[in-house]
Amino acid sequence: MLRCPKFELATPTSVAAATRLLADAGPSAMILAGGTDVMPNLKHELFTPALVVSLARIPELNGIRRAEDGSLVIGAMTTIEAVAANSQVRERATVLAQAASLIAGPQLRTMGTLGGNVLLETRCQWYNQSYFWRQALGFCIKKDGTKCHVVEGGAKCVAAASNDSAPALMTLDAELHFESVEGRRSVRIEEFWLGDGVFNKKINAGEILVEITLPSTPSGHRSAYGKLRERGSIDFPLLGVAARLDLGKDERVERADLVITALAARPHRVQRAGEILRGTQVGSEDFVTRVGELARLAHKQCHPLENIPGDAPWRKAMVAVYARRTLLAAAAGTGPVHHL
Amino acid sequence: MAARDNHGNTPPWGANFGVIGKPLRKVDGIAKATGAAIYTDDIQLPGMLHAKTLRSPHAHARVRSVDASAALALEGVHAVITGADMPIKYGVIPWTQDENALAVDRVRFIGDPVAAVAAVDEDTANAALKLIAVDYEVLHAFLDPFESLVRHEPAIHADRKEGNISKHVRLEFGEVDALAKSADVVLEDEYSFHGSTHAPIEPHCAVATFSADGLLTLWSATQITHYVHRALAQVLELPAQKIRVIQPCLGGAFGGKSDPFSLEFCVSKLAMVTGRPVKMLYTREEVFYAHRGRHPMFMKYRTAAQANGRITSVDAKILIDGGSYSSFGLVTTYYAGQLLTGPYDFPSYRFDSTRVFTNKPPCGPKRGHGSVQPRFAFEVQLDQLAERLKLDPIELRRVNFQGSQTRTVNGQRVTSNGFLECLDSVERASGWKKKRAKLPFGRGLGVAGSMYISGTNYPVYPNKMPQAGVQLKLDRSGVVTVFTGGNDIGQGSNSMCAYIVAEELGVPVEHVRVVAADTDLCPVDLGAYSSRVTFMVGNATIDACRKVRRQIVAAVAKKWAVDPGRVRLMPGVAIDLEDPAKALSTAEAFQLAEEEFDTLGATGSYNTPTLGGDYRGGSIGASPAYSFTAHVVEASVDTETGRIQVHDVWCAHDCGRALNPMLVAGQIEGSVYMGIAEALLEEHKVNRFGLHQGPSLLDYRLPTSVDTPELHALIVESLDPEGPYGAKEAGEGPLHSSIPALSNAIFDAVGIRMKHLPFTPGRVLELLREKDALEESKSAGAAARGQA
Repeated sequence: MLRCPKFELATPTSVAAATRLLADAGPSAMILAGGTDVMPNLKHELFTPALVVSLARIPELNGIRRAEDGSLVIGAMTTIEAVAANSQVRERATVLAQAASLIAGPQLRTMGTLGGNVLLETRCQWYNQSYFWRQALGFCIKKDGTKCHVVEGGAKCVAAASNDSAPALMTLDAELHFESVEGRRSVRIEEFWLGDGVFNKKINAGEILVEITLPSTPSGHRSAYGKLRERGSIDFPLLGVAARLDLGKDERVERADLVITALAARPHRVQRAGEILRGTQVGSEDFVTRVGELARLAHKQCHPLENIPGDAPWRKAMVAVYARRTLLAAAAGTGPVHHL
Repeated sequence: MAARDNHGNTPPWGANFGVIGKPLRKVDGIAKATGAAIYTDDIQLPGMLHAKTLRSPHAHARVRSVDASAALALEGVHAVITGADMPIKYGVIPWTQDENALAVDRVRFIGDPVAAVAAVDEDTANAALKLIAVDYEVLHAFLDPFESLVRHEPAIHADRKEGNISKHVRLEFGEVDALAKSADVVLEDEYSFHGSTHAPIEPHCAVATFSADGLLTLWSATQITHYVHRALAQVLELPAQKIRVIQPCLGGAFGGKSDPFSLEFCVSKLAMVTGRPVKMLYTREEVFYAHRGRHPMFMKYRTAAQANGRITSVDAKILIDGGSYSSFGLVTTYYAGQLLTGPYDFPSYRFDSTRVFTNKPPCGPKRGHGSVQPRFAFEVQLDQLAERLKLDPIELRRVNFQGSQTRTVNGQRVTSNGFLECLDSVERASGWKKKRAKLPFGRGLGVAGSMYISGTNYPVYPNKMPQAGVQLKLDRSGVVTVFTGGNDIGQGSNSMCAYIVAEELGVPVEHVRVVAADTDLCPVDLGAYSSRVTFMVGNATIDACRKVRRQIVAAVAKKWAVDPGRVRLMPGVAIDLEDPAKALSTAEAFQLAEEEFDTLGATGSYNTPTLGGDYRGGSIGASPAYSFTAHVVEASVDTETGRIQVHDVWCAHDCGRALNPMLVAGQIEGSVYMGIAEALLEEHKVNRFGLHQGPSLLDYRLPTSVDTPELHALIVESLDPEGPYGAKEAGEGPLHSSIPALSNAIFDAVGIRMKHLPFTPGRVLELLREKDALEESKSAGAAARGQA
């Protein structure tokens, strides 16, 4: 099997100790959460850290609780399985529970963490390969090379955000909380992403993602997640679609949101979703028509590339289908939208 | 065929079977389930070094020089070897030996081995690889087989006379064109099959030691110990007497461990150079480069028939993408044509198949070697024929059934043939009559049939010695040890030997020890390929058992002073049929026989009868018995996403006799799983740079349990006159027709013909759009005519 490059492993037991280790080590350090993404990346020599700081032994990072203001607070080291199974998440943030339930396969969900998924490295078929393979290719713009093999002559990396949690958290207005030796910093997930596949996150050196908070959702909140992938398990998304509908009186839409991922470096929020659906009554013919309109709009706005494995024209065609099905599932209180 | 090879379908002593036909567990089942089984990578020897391979980053290049001095200077490195250390070529087929363990002057695909390092550990060996400097002169890379067909410079193998053509076979039987001309209906179409690979769970691994007195021992995850033994002797220039090859417990092969592989030579040579044991374990990525998987094929078929559905003429033209080396390619090129001539009878047949070299990982034998691809094309074409003639597709196949005890158009002898029972079985089990063409739009059923060999009478190197040999040793304790050269690759051949010995000698299965696939201890067997082991090793085992059985029975009869016909060997006990109170334990019976006949033991062997057509290549594909299969697939298509869901697959397989029905069902299920997997998900794809597109188990998508349809294994027993108790193969045949049956089910569901693999949702959507456009233009035309 592929060997893992050698590094020093630190297993601090408090956030303070961890941030201190990171501050002292500087850029040669890397954080390890569940390891389901980092370990294969290390074996592919995509990263060669001198120090790896594991967060596994920090109890304060684990768990889901409800804050006084009604928001949900999820520790970054909470496993994806725990997020998927948590009754509060399922009820109040259905889209996140559904997305989590479709991440990877059962074994990986018990290892992988929500924080790790939020910070997942962007993916590309020209990048997520062994050192030998990338060397034979002549490397690529994301790592060790100068050319992009997805967009010929492309000057910008288009590796894809492939984390199912991201679009779900975007529709939920999630806030990310970081700790470093400088103190605590919070950022709305909406503002967290960069449009650069090389590195798509606004995170400062030495920061640890400690918590994800979800503001309380209104009682008419409905949401669903749709995931396109080839197999019924394991695979990263070929498309991920998060839909949110907040319903008011007479089941009329007060707020609508649609975020799609696995396209390029950051998840794409479909423009004008709220405008199109606001005021329509779920279940009415008008609603179905407008959902179709919104799905077509999503199709127009999204441009899957040959960055991740999978047939890009088919993925493009599926944007409309999955957008519509996911919105309808949210309205009906069903989902997730998945082929199995 | 020697009389000894024909043992009858039942025990000659006339009793019912005690062991055969029972769903017993495998002899190594507990060891595997508990993790106690020893696989090659479990072997750790004192002082063992670890080896790694430097591979070519170029699809096609001349190797100008290799400088390993910096690698050799690295602390912990014991040796570096290159092509110059092993310049002799090898290859599984003696006439097409074109491989070097390490590149001599040319690399032919990305991943082709160039040098190997032995070091104290894997990390040191990997570090050393990065210090080896190779000077390459990059050459034009052939990635398109159609280009290789017409362009021969630069030749991928410079010494070949036919440029980049690896093999061409054209054979014609009967009046192909005349019969096509006079037929009521002629169908012509094109089909293609993509590449796929075996993906066994266990990667290739080999460990070698070289003793001070010059004995080389190799443990290897191979499915053909004997050919590895021969190849090592040839390449390492060692006498074969100084080499021992052992296959430990094996984690899957499916044809992917049939060739001798670079690592086997490298660890051997490195052990010789360093005097230390050496191990090499391939990474998953390296397994994809070692490949030898399913050949991509581009196929044209023309089938002619009478209005009643009787096929009169079949004409095939096939282009085979062989990748960079010959491997079994000569046989593949023949199999692509030779194995199509059943279970249907047709009076004329022509095939023209050409295998070309390309700069891609070498193709080879994968489960259903050479014949899965043509079977796909032909069985889809038969469905098109049924559609044209408005016949039920099962009826069409019945009409053309060739029968048993017959000869095919290309001169192959067919003995038992349970194909009609297979058709009946899947028709009944699937509810075909109620469902086919009657389900709502989007859901449908498809059928297909096939045949496959139970071994072949073509040993890869010509010789008249037995193809399978078995040796028995009987212990005074009542234990029987059976020594077989057969390779158990998970299919259960060791268990099969144990069942037969238990049946024949009246010992409990757990008192039979099987020692297999060790060239020092076991008689030669040609290995686990071409679905030959149960048929050939099974017959050899019966042959050996009958010899000692006679001795045991005679000794017991003498002791009791009764006629030998009265002595019956039951599990653990010998009894007098007419006086059952008179009984001896197996151990006592063995001891009596040993007193009478001295130390007990016997050898047994099997050789095929003379078979095959009387023409060049006529023996390739000639089998002592053919298995037959029919599949019905029920699938639905989401017309909005193009996604195909396979709900149920019914597979009826004529295995002659199920020596263990549980293992036969396992083979059927595994075959169907594999067939549906390559139809829908798996693709061994080489990209525009000559790089394997995703050499990992994340990107090479094997179906998980949730992606797997309901599998219904239906066993048909035709009792072959020459198989062991009537048994034939079950390991490869049940894959074949699963793929065309799925294509045909999609046609029944939504009216589109899937003629090109894999059946991706994008392709389904494209065909649905084409169909809609065609129907629209038709109805527009009809409307226009209506107005006029």
